[in-house]
Order: sequence, then C-alpha cells, then structure tokens
Amino acid sequence: MDSSQLFGIATIAYILAMVAYIAYLAFRNSAVGTVATTITIAGFVAHTIAFFVRTAEFYEVGQMGIMRAIPLTNLYESLIFFVWCIILGYLIIEFKYKTKSFGAFITPIAGMALAFIDLSGIHKEIHPLVPALQSNWLLAHVTMSFLSYAAFAISFSTALMYLSVTTEDKKSGPYIFWTVTLGVFVSILVAMGIDLLAFKIVATRPEEFIKSYLFRATFRSGSGIIVLLSTIGLGAIIYAAYSYGHLLKKVITSFNISKDMLDDLTYKCIAVGFPVFTLGGLVFGAVWADQAWGRYWSWDPKETWSLITWFVYAFFLHARFLRGWKGQKIAIVAVIGFVSTIFTYLGVNMLLTGLHSYGAQ
Amino acid sequence: MFSSIKLAVVVFTLISVTSIIGTLIQQQVEPERNIQMLGKIFGASAPAVYKVFSTLGFMDMYRSWWFLSLLFIFAANLVICSIDRLPGIWKLAKEPVKPLDADIFKSLIIRPQVQVKAKLSDARTSVITGLGKIGFKHVLTDETSGQIYAEKGRYSRLGVYVTHLSILFILLGGIEGKFFGFDGYLPLLEGTSASSIEARDGKQIPLGFSVRCDDFDVSFYDNSDTPKSFRSKLVVIDNNREVLKKDIEVNDPLRYKGVVFYQASYFFSQDHVKDAKFILKVYSKADNKSSQVDAGLEKLTEIPGTGLSLKIQDFSPAIGIDDKTGQLMTYANQMNNPAAFIEFFEGNKSIHKQWVLKRFPDTWKTPFGSVELVDIWGVQYTGLQVRKDPGVWLVYLGCLLMAAGLYAAFFMSHRRIWLRLHEEKGSTFVTVAGSTNKNKIQFDQKIDSFIKSLQQ
Ligand code: HEM
Repeated sequence: MDSSQLFGIATIAYILAMVAYIAYLAFRNSAVGTVATTITIAGFVAHTIAFFVRTAEFYEVGQMGIMRAIPLTNLYESLIFFVWCIILGYLIIEFKYKTKSFGAFITPIAGMALAFIDLSGIHKEIHPLVPALQSNWLLAHVTMSFLSYAAFAISFSTALMYLSVTTEDKKSGPYIFWTVTLGVFVSILVAMGIDLLAFKIVATRPEEFIKSYLFRATFRSGSGIIVLLSTIGLGAIIYAAYSYGHLLKKVITSFNISKDMLDDLTYKCIAVGFPVFTLGGLVFGAVWADQAWGRYWSWDPKETWSLITWFVYAFFLHARFLRGWKGQKIAIVAVIGFVSTIFTYLGVNMLLTGLHSYGAQ
Repeated sequence: MFSSIKLAVVVFTLISVTSIIGTLIQQQVEPERNIQMLGKIFGASAPAVYKVFSTLGFMDMYRSWWFLSLLFIFAANLVICSIDRLPGIWKLAKEPVKPLDADIFKSLIIRPQVQVKAKLSDARTSVITGLGKIGFKHVLTDETSGQIYAEKGRYSRLGVYVTHLSILFILLGGIEGKFFGFDGYLPLLEGTSASSIEARDGKQIPLGFSVRCDDFDVSFYDNSDTPKSFRSKLVVIDNNREVLKKDIEVNDPLRYKGVVFYQASYFFSQDHVKDAKFILKVYSKADNKSSQVDAGLEKLTEIPGTGLSLKIQDFSPAIGIDDKTGQLMTYANQMNNPAAFIEFFEGNKSIHKQWVLKRFPDTWKTPFGSVELVDIWGVQYTGLQVRKDPGVWLVYLGCLLMAAGLYAAFFMSHRRIWLRLHEEKGSTFVTVAGSTNKNKIQFDQKIDSFIKSLQQ
C-alpha cells in the first residue's frame, strides 16, 4: 500500500469518527463514545504509518540516508504533518481532560483538511533535498514549528469557542470580533477552494500555483465583475457569520463544553506552543541559517513574521500573568496570535512573494 | 518610565507594526521594484510616497537608527522591568522552606485528616518514602511544631529572569557582530587564491591570510538537474604556509581565525574553458588498466602506452538535445551535464571522434577502450559567503539560556509541602498543606498519588 492510500484511510476514519462523536453527544452512550475514540485512534495510527511509508518512499528517491528522508519538505507534506499534530493534540486533550466534547469539532476539521489536501491538486511528488535543506537543525526546526502551529491552532479554536459562548450582545466588540474573524477565515478557505477548482488543470506546479494563482479566480481576477462579486460574497459570508453566530453558541453549549475549560485550554496550548515555537521556530531556525549561510538572522519576511507572532504570544503571557487578563480579552489576543501564525506559515509565501512577483510580471 | 509595562506594550506594538511594513516593502533593492509595488496602492503618487518612506529609512529599515533605537528601548525596558522585580523573587528563590505558623498552615491545607492505618512511627517513614516518590527528595522535620516539610524547584522561580536575560545576550551578540565583525562574498576560481573579500557595499576587506580553492565539484541526483551536494576543497595559507585544508559543503563551513567560509553558490565561466584541464581516465582495452590523461582544448595529447593521441575539440557545460530540431545544444549556463567532443589521432591522422559525457558512462565507450571524463578543472567558481562575527557565541549562549529559562518558566514549578501527623486509636491522621506557583492540577494529581501510597 502506498502512503496516499493510507492517508485516504485516515481521512475516512476521521470523518467516520466525527459521525460517532456527534452520535455520542446526541445519545450520551459511553459505548458510542468508545467507538468514536477507537476510530480516531485507528485513523491516527493509519496516518502515522502513512508518514513512515512516505519516509520509506522518500528514502528510495532521496538517495541520502534515512535522516534526510523525513517527509517534511513541501507544502503537501507539511499540511499533512500539521493535521497529524492537531489530532495528536486532540487525543492528549481527550485523555487528560477526560472529555470527548471536542471530538465532534476536531475530527471533521482534520478529515476535511486531509481531503482538501488530497483533492486540491497540491503536488504530492517527492523531491530530493537540495543541499541547503540537508541539515538536522532544519529537521528539528520544521518539526517543532509545526507542533507549535498545531498547538496554536487548537488555542485559536478554543478561544473562538470561548468568545462564542460568552458573547450575548450582537453590538458588543468581542461578538463582532469573533464573528468577523470566523467569516474572513471561511471566506479565505472558500476562495482558495474556488481557485483550486478553477485552476486545477493549470496547477501542474504547486508552488507556482500558490504564487501566481491564489485568489485569481476571485479577488485578484482580471475581470472587474468577478472581483465585485467576490467582494460581495466576502461581505455575505461575514454578514452570515455575524447574523447566525449565536447559533454556534447553542451548539457548543449543547455539547457540554464549559467556558472555564475553554479558557484553560487556550492558555495550556499556548503555554506548550510558546516554548516549542521559541526553541524550534526561532532558535533552531536561526542556528540552521547560521550553519548554512553564516547569517542567523536576516530580517527576511518569514523571519520577521515569526518574530511578530512571538511578540503577540509573549504579550498574551504577560497580559495574563502581569495584568491578570482573563476571559474575552485574552481570548482575543489568542485569536490574533493565530492569525499571525497562519500568516507566518502560509501568508508570507503566498501573499508577500505573490504581491512582489505579481508586480514584477 | 522604563519600568512601565505600558511602555513595553507600546514598544512591542511599534516594533511589530514597523516590521510588518518592512516585510511589505522589499529591503535593499533597486527603487523601481518598490515604486512599482507602491503604485498598486497609491497609483500615480507612488514616487512621492516612495520618497517619504525612503527618507524615513524604510528601504533599509532594520538597519535604520530609529528601528535600532526601538530595539534598544525594548532592551532597556526589559532590563529595568526585571531588575524592579528581581529582589522580591530573589528572596523567594533563596529562602528555603520553613515550618509554618499554625494559622498559615491552616490556610494552606489541601488534604485534611487522611487516615492511615499504622502507628505514628511507621506512618512517618511511609510519609517520607511517599514524598520521595513524588519528587521531594529532601524531607525535613521540625520538632517544636511537629511539621514534616519539603520543597522542590525553588530556583525555577528564576526561569523568567533567565529568559529575559537571554534576550539581552542575543541583542548584545547582535551588536557585537555588527560593530566588530564583517560579512562579504568571495568568488574563487578553481586553482586560484584570494586574500581579501568584497563587502556588501563593494569595499574590499583584507583577511590577513589567504584561501585557495583547489577544486570545486557538484554532484546531482541520478537523472536530474537537482544538485545533491556541492563542495569546494579549500586551503588556508597563512605566512606562506598551508595551515589548514578542508572540503566544505553547504551546512559544513570552514573556520579559521574567527573567519568562517560558507559554501553559498557556484558558477561556470566560459572564458576559462580555453585554459581548462580536461582530466580523462583512459582504460586500455587489453588489460583494463587505467591511466590519467590531462588534455586541453585543441591541444594534441598522447594517450600513454597506446601510440594514440587525442584532442578536445569542443566543450559544452550542459549538453542536451533540442526537442524541436533534434540537434545537440547547450541547455544551461552551469555545468549540469558537461561533455567533451574528443577527436582521436594516430600520428597526424584523425581516426575517430565522439562526445563523452561526464555523467553518462554509456558515452565513455570508444573503439580504443573506455574514456571517462573525470573533471574539467579550472572553469568553475565557488561562491563563498565569508563572515567574521565575534558576537555569535553570545547569541548562542543566549539561545541556550532561553531554552533553559523557558523550560524552567513553563515546565517546572516551585512546590512546597507541609504535613502534620497525629496518632489516635492505633491509626495515624495526616494533614497535608501545600502550595505551588504553577501547574496546580498536576500538583493535585501528585498529592493524590502520594495519599494513595500512604494508604496501601
Ligand atoms: C519578547 C520578549 C519577552 C519574552 C519572550 C518574555 C518572556 C517571559 C516569560 C516566559 C515570562 C513568564 C510568564 C509565565 O509565568 O508563564 C515572563 C514574565 C514576565 N515578563 Fe517577560 N518576556 C519578554 C519581554 C518582557 C518585557 C519587555 C518586559 C518589561 C516590561 C517583561 C516583563 C516581565 C515581567 C515583569 C514578568 C513577570 C515576572 C514575575 O513573575 O515576577 N517581559 N516573561
């Protein structure tokens, strides 16, 4: 069996797990809960094996030895690893907090993300490593960065949930903040989906796709009408999120998730993510750059954005410890932190270079 | 003023916002690029906007006086904030745990009156072993109050300060590197040496010794143009003596007297082909023994032991076949697929000619035995990034401190525990008081397992 079939099995398992988790929440039957957890673990095991199988595949193509065959070298592989980290984080939460309430949220995200990665036409090809990437520091850097991104992603969702369960008034700042953020996120995902569908045939080279085609089917289209329609669509999605945001609250409350647990989880994830990010993301990245190029810090956009992200989370920690910020205020900081994280991970490559290469054409 | 946390917030925000602008504007590039980019936002007024930004230093922002000042204020703020709080924390960290006054003990009780079916003296021993099991190795007893007490992780309270200090080390290291180091580029042709490098502003920086590149070589992944590795054989010559030899690769530099040479790039020079040495390995047909032949472009060279000679008639750094015309062509300006067109002579008579490709052994077969194209020497430049950074050890020390500090700040906690035991009707009742500065839930679980171990 090759790795992509195994990833397929993991995808299906996560989607089935979602069904089981929802059934569990509906019937409160502990046997159903056990089934849900078992399916998730099975999916996770398949996902892990797939990772190793891909390592073996890479090993054959790579001609470089096993340490140079860890499949974390392109967008496809990194997204898959990111999803793996999220499921790992979820399972830890399930066992530590002895609650299955998040399962119904996390498993569909994981399943959909894997399916999306598979369908999107992102290249799955294995490329051997160019010399600059042949470094153990880089390996540690990439792995730890993704672990921290996953921790931040979980803190983002718990913070959004926190905001959704604690805001009543549609005119209040926090309500507007979280619904608009959610709306923008959904819109970006939809726009990317449209791009992928529209340019699937063209997208023979994924990096090119990301740089040159992103949002070309929508916001950056050559046709004014499409840009206008896209903007209206964006507005509509945000408005829908704003108008129906309170329904999410109902769902979450019915899932029996308490707001204190959400607040605690937001903090815990950041408390794990921050040191891992500092060490793996910033320090190991700098050591690698120093070994490879003789420059540990060169203020390139990716580095600068990691630094900004680091500042936001440092702010989060200080606000919580020195100022005793809790609840909505701190949840908003956590959301901003993840927006910055996602920009560091994807946005820098997509938008900044995209902006410039667009200008250079 | 520097101790205020408000200032910290303002500085954080300023650094972040200006940095964002710095990632939007390309740094240190020709003005046209940024004017074009600004044109998309500001339209016709882009050149004027560019001028404003440029005057403010945004085109080389991270080196501008105001950005460095922001970093300085950040550092000062950090130092003073930490110093402000240090005495209090230092006292906490230095002061060992003491028995508690009765009313404080009462207020810290976390498990009252746990019954242990054992005599007082037995219970005491199992309390001490139980505490050892949950990490309290050094248990003390106070006779007057009858308290048994212990603590762990006292110094983890300093973790935050170690973290803050580490940031200062890193900034200091950066400053030291900036003022007492240099950074430049050195292209070196195979077989040549240099004793100075070119800084980014074009100035020559003398090294005080010289480096020579004896050979440069790229290897590729099979059947592809993706480089697998590239390496230079470097020799350091100091006071006319060869003092150091090393093959460097990407991720594996050469260091000498604080100067580090990184393998950064390479390029091919067509101009040097006429003087290049074509190193061939000729395997005789009779006994398959090989001999090396150093040939040159359009120079007749004897093949030892055969009575034949050869001449390199043409060279291509990257030979390929044009898809449309089916003709041979050179498809790249790097030595991706080097090939030599070799003509063989018997006396003065040309008897055979063919292309020999370095990467394809199939092409080495000739009527006179196999001819391997080993190397074309003297046509490639190795591109070395050269740096001297006396501050880099401070940066690394800072990184280590940061790792240690963050570990202490997030994963360790200062835990203290006090117990009182009293005997009643053959059973012992244990009352536990305790406190931790972090990770309460984990502490609670430890206490639970401690109590379980007592009751077994
Ligand atoms: C981005 C740079 C910074 C980093 C990475 C950092 C890191 C930390 C960490 C990890 C903690 C411990 C939080 C916890 O207990 O979980 C902390 C606490 C603290 N930080 Fe920072 N910090 C930074 C900048 C600053 C600045 C600029 C100030 C000055 C205003 C400051 C003042 C403090 C203070 C006063 C504490 C609390 C110490 C205590 O518990 O007594 N930090 N910092």
